[in-house]
Amino acid sequence: MEPFKLIRAQDNLQAIHSAGIKQSKFIAGGTNMLDLMKLNIETPRQVVDINKLSLYKIEEMPDEGVRIGALVKNSDLSYNPFIKTHFPMLSEALLSGASPQLRNMASTGGNLMQRTRCPYFYNTDFACNKRLPGSGCAAINGYNRMNAVLGTSDQCIATHPSDMCVALAALGAIIYVQGAKGIRTIPFADFHLLPAQTPHLEHNLRQGELITHIEIPALPFAAKSHYLKVRDRASYEFALTSAAVALDVQNGIIRQARIALGGVGTKPWRSLDAEKALIGASATESTYKRAADLALATANPYKDNAFKVELAKRTLVRALKTVEGLS
Amino acid sequence: MGDMTDYSPDESNKSKLGTTRRGFLSQLGVAGASLTLAPLLVRAAGDSQKGEDIAAAPAEITSVSLTINGKTQVLNLDSRVTLLDALREKLGLTGTKKGCDHGQCGACTVLADGRRINSCLTLAGMCEGAEIVTIEGLAKGEQLHPMQEAFLKHDGFQCGYCTPGQICSAVGLVKEGHAKTDAEIKELMSGNICRCGAYQNIVAAIKEVQNA
Ligand SMILES: Cc1cc2nc3c(=O)[nH]c(=O)nc-3n(C[C@H](O)[C@H](O)[C@H](O)COP(=O)(O)OP(=O)(O)OC[C@H]3O[C@@H](n4cnc5c(N)ncnc54)[C@H](O)[C@@H]3O)c2cc1C
Ligand code: SF4
Ligand code: FES
Ligand code: FES
Repeated sequence: MEPFKLIRAQDNLQAIHSAGIKQSKFIAGGTNMLDLMKLNIETPRQVVDINKLSLYKIEEMPDEGVRIGALVKNSDLSYNPFIKTHFPMLSEALLSGASPQLRNMASTGGNLMQRTRCPYFYNTDFACNKRLPGSGCAAINGYNRMNAVLGTSDQCIATHPSDMCVALAALGAIIYVQGAKGIRTIPFADFHLLPAQTPHLEHNLRQGELITHIEIPALPFAAKSHYLKVRDRASYEFALTSAAVALDVQNGIIRQARIALGGVGTKPWRSLDAEKALIGASATESTYKRAADLALATANPYKDNAFKVELAKRTLVRALKTVEGLS
Repeated sequence: MGDMTDYSPDESNKSKLGTTRRGFLSQLGVAGASLTLAPLLVRAAGDSQKGEDIAAAPAEITSVSLTINGKTQVLNLDSRVTLLDALREKLGLTGTKKGCDHGQCGACTVLADGRRINSCLTLAGMCEGAEIVTIEGLAKGEQLHPMQEAFLKHDGFQCGYCTPGQICSAVGLVKEGHAKTDAEIKELMSGNICRCGAYQNIVAAIKEVQNA
């Protein structure tokens, strides 16, 4: 690890000011940041500890939306009664991620910002455009079983690893950020970036901008929702594929739907095409299969991860059937 | 505005102690042992290239006041030192084990403000004001913590390397109160890997404490 100066910020403005300079990074739970610093993948000269900021609240909005402070721990968010009732897919997604210890440390903001688990990104002996722009991508012709099939480019095929973000993508969350110039909001779909020709650019935050809150707008039918995660071992493992699903079914007809996929995309992957195919159709397995085909229609598999295309479809169909069965 | 829940550490401490942790510390005047520690981590011999980097960029020292097993300490540390390394290398509390050093095994589990965390992915400098309990802090004198007793009774270990982390994690799990069935205990203990495979007996030990 490279030496760094640790600054314990006492309020938002101090944090933003301290992090305004290049080579300065926030640290919240530390579960991703410190991991990467130990491997010299992140080498900040200044680390701004934001744990003393007052961003620990979960506020229920009068219209049944919710505002979640950026420092709320993944464990607190997952067990929050309001979240469990109104947005069960978010609770399930959080509980499927990492371990209880890590969830006690990991923050909402940090989870949003966590970096890929691509093995070549993690190993500084290999070429990686995300870690070292222009060095190449060892995964495209390497062992790419865990890599993405959607949203890839010829520069990077890394998956976004977060479970929480898949649920937030489906729920259409809004991210509140504060910077030296004030507060702005970013729709979830615009927060993470596709790799394209610049895989080292992963999100829409500017230097020094602090995530303060995440808002989930009211979505009554998300009370019937589900997150299904498929992985190599039963727990404490990243997704091979996952699906976050909410359905509003009335008299056998799907009125509203939300669909997002994990483990397959270079960013948390909401599928508007799949949602469109569901809305107005009858709630049957053939409808679900058609939606799943559409969700994966643009998939571009590589040597070791072609299985993910079929697995993702089956994951989505199973999740849809589970939600249909909830009443 | 509807309901609001505040999950800030100070709020949870308030309900626990009736006074904030920060207030409590200032009452104490942050007394306690003060250690001045060697500024640099020892680098492995032969890592000469990295050694030069370090010579170029001097270590930064962080001062942190925290309570470890009931004793308030002020530590002056290289800012890079993790809570795990501070416990083991600086304070001689070697009960907490280092397995992977990357959050992947749970051997380093300790309780921070009553919650189980991985000390390997926590900077010591981020623990300002925290109350840390390690495996050494669970027993009351000669009297073992009920979870330690239960691990002994049910043979919840073989080589014992993962055991301090398992026990601290199990104490955290019982306090969290979310594990009712065997399956839930297994799922919520999945952050602790046991290479010897003592899992069944660990579940039995935890159930014994839960039912006591
Ligand atoms: C062994 C292991 C297994 C895991 N398994 C899973 C899994 O199965 N599923 C899953 O989803 N995740 C998993 N994770 C990842 C984990 O969820 C993330 O590491 C965690 O959510 C990051 O949150 P943090 O608060 O610790 O972030 P930190 O490590 O503190 O920070 C991460 C990044 O976020 C930035 N940041 C933090 N807070 C803010 C803020 N408020 N504003 C702006 N930037 C900010 C930091 O600067 C840094 O760049 C795993 C991690 C480990 C170590
Ligand atoms: S897929 Fe992306 S993260 Fe992985 S090696 Fe290629 S460029 Fe790096
Ligand atoms: S040593 Fe911390 S989790 Fe393995
Ligand atoms: S007892 Fe040996 S690793 Fe668990």
